[in-house]
Amino acid sequence: MSASIDPWWRGAVNIALEPDNSVSVEEAFVQTTALGNGLTVKAGRFLSDIGYLNSQHAHTWDFIDAPLAYQAMLGGQFADDGLQLRWLAPTDQFIELGIEVGRGRSFPAPTLRATASAPRRSHCTPAATSATATAGAPACRISSAKASEQALTQLDANDFVVDSLFNGRSNVTILDAVWKWAPDGNATRTNFKLQGEWLRSSRSGTLAYDTAGANLLGDYAQVSTGWYLQAVYQFMPRWRVGLRTEQLDGGAVSYVGLTLFDANGYQPRKNTLMVDFSASEFSRLRLQYARDQARMGFTDNQWQLQYQMSLGAHGAHSF
Amino acid sequence: MKNHNLFATLLIAASGWLAAPAHAALRVLACEPEWGALVQELGGALVEVSVATTALQDPHQIQAKPSLIAKARNADLLVCTGAELEVGWLPVLLQQSGNAKIQPGQPGNFAAADFVRKLDVPTQVDRSQGDVHAAGNPHIQTDPRNIALVATALTERLQQLDAEQRQRVRRSRETDFQQRWQQAMARWTRQGRSG
Repeated sequence: MSASIDPWWRGAVNIALEPDNSVSVEEAFVQTTALGNGLTVKAGRFLSDIGYLNSQHAHTWDFIDAPLAYQAMLGGQFADDGLQLRWLAPTDQFIELGIEVGRGRSFPAPTLRATASAPRRSHCTPAATSATATAGAPACRISSAKASEQALTQLDANDFVVDSLFNGRSNVTILDAVWKWAPDGNATRTNFKLQGEWLRSSRSGTLAYDTAGANLLGDYAQVSTGWYLQAVYQFMPRWRVGLRTEQLDGGAVSYVGLTLFDANGYQPRKNTLMVDFSASEFSRLRLQYARDQARMGFTDNQWQLQYQMSLGAHGAHSF
Repeated sequence: MKNHNLFATLLIAASGWLAAPAHAALRVLACEPEWGALVQELGGALVEVSVATTALQDPHQIQAKPSLIAKARNADLLVCTGAELEVGWLPVLLQQSGNAKIQPGQPGNFAAADFVRKLDVPTQVDRSQGDVHAAGNPHIQTDPRNIALVATALTERLQQLDAEQRQRVRRSRETDFQQRWQQAMARWTRQGRSG
């Protein structure tokens, strides 16, 4: 639900009905429309502008689930209660700078509590094409987020859940690029979209590790990376096929010389194939097959069928 | 006499240029090529026109891509069809532009459909009828008489937005355009009868 409030503000609310019969507020924010000079301020609960997929609602994604890297480093999708300031440069090239400050409601993935996060991002369009060109506009962006004072839950090398208090900085940096193409720029009949993101998550600080009599406190540092690349082709009106390939690298963990959290060097990977049919702008049926090798030594073959129906007023989608 | 007129025009242009340094021309973003061409006709050298779509694209289904957002950010005037034709992408473009001048209700937001009588305005709208235009048929370009009405309204808007010195120039350009347009319509009517 999204509407203008008055000549200076617009607002949007997204309420989600959860499978356990609870209701949650996904997004509820107000946004300025009349500051001018390329400035926009957003306040409330909103999806962070970090990365490309994160700020888009899950129902507009081309695959049913979020990429592995998003699940591992952003908890699927990162939304926070806070303030966002964006500034668009007065140039013909699209250059945007943004900063967000939030209370750290859910950042990043396995976090129970984080007190501060401040993602920032900048956009760049290496070759923004004009409206007269036949190709779509490629876009790339770098964004990063930071958080401190987090309680973490994670698995140790023996797959036991470890409750521990991490005090320090978490940093997620995302590099994303998207390229869209349609014959003569007319995406109505056929079109093609190539998109990819590379995520790097790092943590450094101290970790209090308290389990079964072992009460440890020491310096902790971890770096992990992940990427996905996906292509979606609408080969005839209403029908699209898509392929996504992705991989994670658990990277290295250093913790007071102990091997408790040492990764075994396994790199989770997954390949996903989807086909979908949209009877109209407002309804879509999707079949997805994934070959998931996220668990070492196991290969999961996943078939998923999804239907999406949009009822009532629905806002336009961003690029 | 001819020379004298030319001199006056040059003087007006020069004083306008001095009054508004840097980007003297009014920056116009047109949603469709028809309106881009019309603004160019009416504004001449006093406008700098960019067009968001090509004639080969379906203006219902454009994406608010970064290059368009950058153009919307810098525009002084947005000239679109309105009546929900651009509803799939223009709201996003306006939202992301951070440009107060071209928001709905501002003088910098011109919707051509507001100035003509729209056909097929539904009394009841339901999605079961497909994707219906609730504000009436936005395809107003198909009637040349509408173009003449829009040209008058657009000239007024250009005058409202721009420095006073240039108004005489604009008025003469509009008179010139309207004359040519009436002649063209008369020609099309003749051709329609004979064909």
